[in-house]
Formats: sequence, C-alpha cells, structure tokens
Amino acid sequence: MCGIVGLFLKNPALRGSLGGHFATMLTSMGERGPDSAGIAVYQAEPRGRASRVTAFHPDAGFSWESVAAELSRRLTVEVGVEVKADHAVLEADHDVSGVTRGLTDLDKDIRIVGYGKSLAVFKDKGSVAEIVARYGVADMAGSHAVGHTRMATESDVTTGHSHPFIADDDVCLVHNGSLSNHNRLRGWLIRQGMRFETDNDTEVAARYVAYRLQQGSSLKEALEAGLRDLDGFFTFAIGTRTGFAVLRDGFACKPAVLAETGDWVAMASEFRSLAELPGVERADIWEPEPEVVYDWTLGDGA
Amino acid sequence: MNTVDLAATGVRELNRRLRHASDDPSALSWLVTNPKGAHAIAAGLTRPVRIQIDGHVGYYCAGMNQAAAVTIDGHCGTGVAENIMSGLVRVRGNASQSAGASGHGGLLVIEGNAGPRCGISMKGVDIVVGGKAGHMSGFMAQSGNLVVCGDAGHDLGDSVYEAVIYVGGSPASLGADCVEKDMTPKHRSRLRGLLSRAGIEIDPERFRRFGSARKLYHFHVDHADAY
Repeated sequence: MCGIVGLFLKNPALRGSLGGHFATMLTSMGERGPDSAGIAVYQAEPRGRASRVTAFHPDAGFSWESVAAELSRRLTVEVGVEVKADHAVLEADHDVSGVTRGLTDLDKDIRIVGYGKSLAVFKDKGSVAEIVARYGVADMAGSHAVGHTRMATESDVTTGHSHPFIADDDVCLVHNGSLSNHNRLRGWLIRQGMRFETDNDTEVAARYVAYRLQQGSSLKEALEAGLRDLDGFFTFAIGTRTGFAVLRDGFACKPAVLAETGDWVAMASEFRSLAELPGVERADIWEPEPEVVYDWTLGDGA
Repeated sequence: MNTVDLAATGVRELNRRLRHASDDPSALSWLVTNPKGAHAIAAGLTRPVRIQIDGHVGYYCAGMNQAAAVTIDGHCGTGVAENIMSGLVRVRGNASQSAGASGHGGLLVIEGNAGPRCGISMKGVDIVVGGKAGHMSGFMAQSGNLVVCGDAGHDLGDSVYEAVIYVGGSPASLGADCVEKDMTPKHRSRLRGLLSRAGIEIDPERFRRFGSARKLYHFHVDHADAY
C-alpha cells in the first residue's frame, strides 16, 4: 500500500512551521505503511558551505563528532555536524562528492542517505510516529518536504530500501506503487553512467529522473519522458532544490489528492493527511489526473 | 436533528448509532461534523435515516447503503457508495475512483466530477455524475444506468453487459465491446427521469447513449434477460 506526502510552501513566512505541519501529515499515513518511514526536507542552504550531506551509521553511539573532525582535517575545510538519532547532517565548504567519498573512506559502514546543498534526509524502520519523534521532524524548518510510509512488497525492509530515494544533488523521489520494467531500465541507466545502491524499483525511478535532469530536461520534461519509459503503477512525489512535482501513471489506481492555497501546495495519498493544514477548508482540492505532470517552482525570494 | 462530532466520537460509534436508529422521527435526522477524511463513515446502514456530512470523507463512505439518504457536503475518497443496495447517496463535491462500484440499487449522485472506474461492475444502481467521469467508467457494468453530464474518460464502458450509459459531453474513447446506440424516445424519457431524481438541470437532448455490442466471447445473448 504505502503512503506518500509532500508539502511545498509558497509563502516563505511559513518555513519555520514546515516540520510541524509535515509531521502531522506523515504520521496520519502510518496505517498505510507500518514497515518504515522517511522524510526529505529542503532547508536553507548552509552559509558559506557548498554542500550538505546526510549520513547513516548502524551503531548506536557512533561518534559523528570525531568523524567530522577527521573529515575536516583531511579536506582542510571546516565541517559542521548535527546528529539526529543514527543519522548525521554534515555541512562542509567542499564539493559533495569529496564529502561523501571522505565519509565512506573513514568508515565502511557509513552510508550516504542524502546529499546536495539544501536537502536533509532521515529514514528508519518502525512506526512513523516513533520515527517522527526520534528525528524531531516537528521542529524542522524549510521550504518543502516529501515523505513516505512504507508497506514493503517487492524488496527488503531495511533503512536502505526505505524511501525517499536520493538520486542526485537535492533530487529525491517517493513512490506508491510498483514498477514492472525496473530491471531493464536499471541496466539501461547503468550503461548511461548512473550508479545504483539497491535493487529497489523506486530507486530506478529516482535515478531515471536524475538522469533526465542531468541531460538538461526540466523537471516537467523529465517526468513526461518518464511516462513513456516507466512501466508500472505509480504515484510519485518528487522534490528538487527549487521544485516539487506529482505524477500518476495512466491507470491511476494508486491514490493521490492535491490541495493548494495561496500559501502552500500539499499532496498526500489520502485527504486525512491534509485535514489539519491551516486554511485547508478554503483550499482547492482535487485528484491529480492520470499522466499529467503537476509541478511548482519556488519564487524568486527562495 | 442529532449531531455527531467525529473529532470527539469515533466512526464505529457513529455507525453503531446510525444502525440502531429507532423509528421515532427525531431519531432519523443526523448531522456529522469534522469527518476529516475518515474512512467508512455511514457504511453498512440499513435504516431510513437522513445524514448530512459536513466536510470531506475518506474511503467507502456510505458503502453497502440500504434505505438511508446520505449527503456529503465535500469530496469523497475511493469507493463512495460501493455496493449500494438502495437509498440515496449525494456528493456535493468530487468523488475519487470506483464510485458506486458493484452497486445493486438506489441512486448515487455526484454533483462534481467522478474519478476513474465510476460504476465499475454496477449491478442495478443508478449513478448520475454532474461533471465529468474518469477513465474506464462503467467497466463490466451489468445493470442500471450511468449518466455522465460532462465528458467521459478513455475506455468508457469496457466489457459492459446490460447497463445503459448516457453521456452529455463526449467520451475520450470507448472500451472493448462498447458502442453508441440510438437515443430512442423511451431512453430520452428514462434519462429525463434520472436527471429529475438527481436534481440536476441539464437538457436531455444533448446526451448520447452507449451500451454493449454483445460481441465479446463470454457474452451469450440467451442470457441477456438475466441482467
């Protein structure tokens, strides 16, 4: 089944309350996905630092501070670190690939969960209410976020198989559904130079969108191409540094509802998730049409 | 008028009260507030109660309805009035997929738009959609009438049996074995009656009729009377 949600703030004055609204939205989708949950939140870009990387280590009590100190010494730049449960968000005045390579060189069990300039990603096994509390989602500020509650069907229940999937700098995707041609498409993407971390079908969709964006497509163009190349059932919510998009396959059997006011755009698997948003009683509410790309871009003040 | 605030009273308790409503006229009129997208509101009713739901509802609202008259003053999730047996279900907003699925009787009115698969496998229910209906509406529809005042999506009436489909706009495409048929005076009159019961004012002259060509391999014309 799975539940997916997205919240995109058009009004910058609301950014301080992004996490509070988003925590309520995601928690209400717990019944649709009891196995794992995850969120990707687009926060203000770090000042004077070129990259933000979210990493995971399976050991409780892992010393992220010493990792950050060693990374700082090796890269000869300042490295900031904020620890949330078994994840850490590291910020460094260095390119993303240098930071991620530096981290995985320091400890083979460190896994990169998210990367880019503004994206922070947290995903974990278990109930969404516990995960939302463990990572302090309600206190997070930012411009937009996407999230997922997973009921696993086609691959294992691990943090690595949890959504959102990050496929490039600040590009992430969550998925309700299943893809039937992911093996063939994964092979094709590998031949184009894309690299994969799991056997999950959704990672293929995420890498596909990232590949199209790398080739110069707009988010809308990338998703329109995806309608031709992706076979299966899907409702996607996609985030980029400045954009947010929703897409459903032609059968449209995976649910989705969109709501929009002058202040925000929200997407969820079910209306329940949107019921507590401020001003929802006056929002435009509609079910996204099959095979239509819905996308929004942050304004110039972003 | 009995008022139930779903923020304070759960759906199970609401449905229990509705199922046990007495014949006292004062027990037959209900207002439900704060539905907030909850599932199965007013499902499984068997009493002639009148219910107004003030807001948007989740899945299977008024499912399996018998005798009750349910008005939803908002939008609906999947499967509103699925398997409806009798009574009236009215949606003032839009309905998501599979509205009126497998309904056996009664009337479902959707004043806004219906999502995909509206009236899938309907077995005698009458459905009137004030706006447009999504793709594969009337899929395997066996009996009853599906009225779409606006346009219909792709594959309208795919594998339809003996249900009758009226469209005021135009279908994007017809499904397997679904064909346009003559709009006879008898059908015009039936359509007028359906629109009147639904309380939707629109000129019946603009509608076209669609139904089964009865050519699919599983269709046996000797059984047509069974529907």
